[in-house]
Amino acid sequence: MDLFFEILVSALLVIGGFFGLVGSYGLVKLPDPMTRLHGPTKSATLGVGGVLLASMIYFAWFGAAPSLHELLITLFILLTAPVTGLMIAKANIHLQWTRDELPPTGTGTNWATLSDRPSLMDDGADLRLVDEGD
Amino acid sequence: MSRLFPHPILSALLVVTWLLLVNDFRWGSLVFGMILGLVIPLFIKPYWPYRSTLKSLPKYASYMLLVFWDIIVANIQVARIVLFKPNSQLKPAWIVIPLDIRTPEAITVLAGTITLTPGTVSCDLSECGHALLVHCLHAPDPAAVVADIKTRYESRLKEIFA
Repeated sequence: MDLFFEILVSALLVIGGFFGLVGSYGLVKLPDPMTRLHGPTKSATLGVGGVLLASMIYFAWFGAAPSLHELLITLFILLTAPVTGLMIAKANIHLQWTRDELPPTGTGTNWATLSDRPSLMDDGADLRLVDEGD
Repeated sequence: MSRLFPHPILSALLVVTWLLLVNDFRWGSLVFGMILGLVIPLFIKPYWPYRSTLKSLPKYASYMLLVFWDIIVANIQVARIVLFKPNSQLKPAWIVIPLDIRTPEAITVLAGTITLTPGTVSCDLSECGHALLVHCLHAPDPAAVVADIKTRYESRLKEIFA
């Protein structure tokens, strides 16, 4: 049984390492900042996920007690990856894209990042989000 | 009750997260977790005035499983594009998704899902919150991507968030 878990843990580590590597390679290989964003936001999640799963199985079988910290790390990564992706995308839109280059919203308003009036979200956020533009 | 617990789901989640952080069950940690679950939502309340309602917890759980599966598929697809497709054949595209869902919580979950799944990153929201700007790594047929996101994720989220 030990052998089976050793193989499982090793396989997960190799898979995790592979996807981490591909994610970093994508960062170098892809042509422009927007496409480069796709490497780290995805391949990195599975890369880290594989390593964490391996760690969980290792400590549950070989260690003293099962550890649940890995679940928490997975949760935090899944929560933060989209937010960082969004922040980088917004910064890139500010730096390199104009209103004419982006497709129109189709709702009669601008994209929030390139807007020149104060945010609708600053006061009474939810209700106005629901009402305006309907 | 609702004045004391403006976001009951958040409170429960904070208690569970705290217990997981401690990684060892003790009554003291449970009490401290409950204090956190009481205090943090009260501090957040001014910035999140309306209570979000989950209509169906089982549906949300099945949505999470679907997204987990899609993340794995997304990784393999992106890895194949990165490794085997020369940059000259790559067709990156901006797509616009008109939104039917209106609650900020549902839109946030949809945007997060889009970023984590096949070749798409959500980049911006229209000022009124009725359209989402998404960047595709490789989209020969942008209309198909929009239809896919709307039927696969948005229709499910519509049933989950009231």
